[in-house]
Amino acid sequence: MAYDPHMNPPGSPEMAAEFGLKADEYQLILDRLGRTPNMTELGIFSVMWSEHCSYKSSKKHLGKLPTKAPWVICGPGENAGVIDIGDGMAAIFKMESHNHPSFIEPYQGAATGVGGILRDVFTMGARPVALLNALRFGEPGHPKTRRLVSGVVAGIGGYGNCVGVPTVGGETNFHPGYNGNILVNAMCVGVAPQDKIFYSAAKNSGDTIVYVGAKTGRDGIHGATMASAEFDDASEEKRPTVQVGDPFKEKLLIEACLELMQEDCIVAIQDMGAAGLTSSSVEMGGKGNVGVELDMDAVPQRETGMSAYEMMLSESQERMLLILKPGREHIATRIVEKWGLDAAIIGRTTDTGRLVLNHKGQVVCDIPIAPLSEDAPLYDRPFQYKAKRPVLDAASIPAPKDLGDALLKLLASPDVASKRWIWEQYDRSVMGDTVADSGGDAAIVRLHGTNRALATCTDVTPRYVSADPFEGGKQAVAECYRNLSAVGALPLAITDNLNFGNPERPEIMGEIVGAIEGMAEACRTLDFPVVSGNVSLYNETNGAAIPPTPAIGGVGLIEDVTQTATYRGMKAGDQVLLIGETKSWLGASLYLRELQGREEGAPPPVDLALERKHGEFVRTQITAKRVSAVHDVSDGGLLVALAEMAMANQTGLNLDAAPGGPAHGFWFGEDQARYVLTASPADAAKIAAEAKAAGIVCAILGSVGGSEVSGAGFTVSVTALSKAHEGWMPNYMSGAA
Amino acid sequence: MKSCVIVFPASNCDRDAASALERATGKAPAMVWHKDAELPSGTDLVVLPGGFSYGDYLRCGAMAAREPIMRAVKAHAEKGGYVMGVCNGFQVLTEAQMLPGALMRNHDLKFVCKDVELSIANSNTAFTSAFGEKRSFTIPIAHGEGNYFADKDTLDRIEGEGRVMFRYAKNPNGAARDIAGIINEKGNVLGMMPHPERAADPALGRMEGWPMFQSLIEAVG
Repeated sequence: MAYDPHMNPPGSPEMAAEFGLKADEYQLILDRLGRTPNMTELGIFSVMWSEHCSYKSSKKHLGKLPTKAPWVICGPGENAGVIDIGDGMAAIFKMESHNHPSFIEPYQGAATGVGGILRDVFTMGARPVALLNALRFGEPGHPKTRRLVSGVVAGIGGYGNCVGVPTVGGETNFHPGYNGNILVNAMCVGVAPQDKIFYSAAKNSGDTIVYVGAKTGRDGIHGATMASAEFDDASEEKRPTVQVGDPFKEKLLIEACLELMQEDCIVAIQDMGAAGLTSSSVEMGGKGNVGVELDMDAVPQRETGMSAYEMMLSESQERMLLILKPGREHIATRIVEKWGLDAAIIGRTTDTGRLVLNHKGQVVCDIPIAPLSEDAPLYDRPFQYKAKRPVLDAASIPAPKDLGDALLKLLASPDVASKRWIWEQYDRSVMGDTVADSGGDAAIVRLHGTNRALATCTDVTPRYVSADPFEGGKQAVAECYRNLSAVGALPLAITDNLNFGNPERPEIMGEIVGAIEGMAEACRTLDFPVVSGNVSLYNETNGAAIPPTPAIGGVGLIEDVTQTATYRGMKAGDQVLLIGETKSWLGASLYLRELQGREEGAPPPVDLALERKHGEFVRTQITAKRVSAVHDVSDGGLLVALAEMAMANQTGLNLDAAPGGPAHGFWFGEDQARYVLTASPADAAKIAAEAKAAGIVCAILGSVGGSEVSGAGFTVSVTALSKAHEGWMPNYMSGAA
Repeated sequence: MKSCVIVFPASNCDRDAASALERATGKAPAMVWHKDAELPSGTDLVVLPGGFSYGDYLRCGAMAAREPIMRAVKAHAEKGGYVMGVCNGFQVLTEAQMLPGALMRNHDLKFVCKDVELSIANSNTAFTSAFGEKRSFTIPIAHGEGNYFADKDTLDRIEGEGRVMFRYAKNPNGAARDIAGIINEKGNVLGMMPHPERAADPALGRMEGWPMFQSLIEAVG
């Protein structure tokens, strides 16, 4: 087929608008080029300058996040963050959203979200060892919610299970604020030797550019642009922009790439994720200050008659772009073919600094690379901080008729209820190194062939961020720190997935800025830097934005896998200790929302110095092997945390502690920096003495034993607790609830 | 005992099986590529690992069962050599007609990963002798298509011949007569959906699957 000029017409303001560019952005392109771009060129500009690829609204504020520490090998800007975990090894991890596609087509949207985050990690030379996912759905009663939950969970499982990477953790919330925009944030943690880490920057001109993996089709064209716009009633018509995943091909790609990385032939490597061939080639050239010339006829194509525009903007999955050392192409070809994948030489690096595309004998694109990547427009958008909510006194909030009934209601509330229905659909033990998985505070995955381990978890409490973005941002990081500490891991670094509404609205921009500033303060105080992340904006439908949701994914290190704790393991006769002060904080609490139907009040303040002190104390007690179980106190407060431990062990608790102040405030208040520990009476005495010496508040709440959780004013059998906690989700999914 | 693990495209429990075999036998098994035509000489045990060979496309195990290496695996079994297929490996063995029946989609159409209790229906085999007096053990399952099916006559026959090895205490997938694992007539080829190799690691405190490897070591002598 000969070149058809109709497939690449000149650009126009109308075409620019259709591609999601603002009028002034189109003018900027005209100024930079000094001429009118054609459709291929304009398409490339539009995806590179999309919010999703350019971070144009958030970049100014993302710079406030601390990203450095002695153990950080590579911070934000690469495919994933890299940290030193000792013994010459590195942990490589990132979290990324696939919100927009998952709402439109839940199975494929979620599945390709997992595929994309896996590629970000193995692109850098790491073998993926753990997957997590942070999910937010609309209210359970919304007509779309059940189908979305079912599809997203099946999609995550369908992909992760097939590639054989355990899905070990995550979290799931339900709230009407997500009715029109669900959030699917997938995280992957990988491990690599520090001397075999691969980066994306091209280095020299004249190197060969090789395409590896699946063929390019017409799926996902302008996916990045879709992810940078609000939804309206017609959004479901965007189904064709959702990609289709092939986990079988991904598994082969993982093995082929890791095998290829053992050979000395790769200069740079980049996966084709959002904006596909465009962003991979532009980023590799841009970072290395070299030009890129591609022969579009050589791109492996799944369909006939594809234009250069379609090939450059396709988001077909399971594709990688490699720059190889000259003369080493045959090694790459041999390994890729062994794994049954396609490989094609599609171009070379040049010294022109330009992106040149040849298609059917014509130059269809010839533009400078720098403006695409480095000079994308940046916005200092106006913002307005949220007004602070009043602090609520626990005594002003009605007590429940019965504390036991209130506990059962909280345990059966959608956010607290067991998510077993979800995680039993995920392979959590493949790879043979899973020490602890879903249900506890953080998952623990042993480093293969050693007795060391990584701990990992995802956290954010959108209730708090809605109430106060700054405190909520702090809390998300602090809770992540706490969850890692609760299993005995030293928290090392985080990845963040910032999900917000339309940044062009000052109140939304205020949420973004506030949350980032709160996170930054927590990261600094806790020595817990951000090494990678993703920003997902425009999560709005018909003008209604999601609750601000900066999901935090943390990674910590366990030096000896025999020195860990989980919320399981307490024994009859153990004493129950509470670390941290209880001030009965019910503002923005789950009790207030689930039992009083009110989403009001300031959220609990986070004392970061105390978080650090308590985290260090708990880690020391775990390492000293004094504790039988540990659990952090979060959603639903102390009694929910205690009930979760009782259910995990199927053992009762006698809680004879006398509450200070209103009982419902004591048991359901969500004061921060608290942990429940269980230990033998002898060890409990040692822990209490050490806490006292360190000036840490430590109370003995009671003892372990029997088959009921009881205290002043409540007695509930563990069987009844489990029934409430385990019952909600299966009932809901079967349509019974 | 000299063992090997067959690696199909998208096998994903091959490393797990190799680790468990290395711990149990003190020797790393050979990893055999699916396109090879022969097994390493002197092989006592062939493990067909779990995973999603060929992406479970067409039918689970169908394409792997027709790979060149499977002719060698069949010849090995015919000579009395031991073969152990776990999860996808069990599916491959039924597709290769080395074991009767088929594995269908789980009855609730969902993938399921959890610990399950298995009763040992026959502890007088090369795969189970080390369980001794023990009548049950608990190891993980992780599959979407573990719903064992065979016609009534076949089920009656394998039950009558003592070839049902393991039954689920609580059926997780709809399998006929709660069957979790079976052996062939000669007693040297085993297929099972649960994963003993994921419960054979003292460092993780998971040793419930260990007796299966001990049994084989004793059988080989």
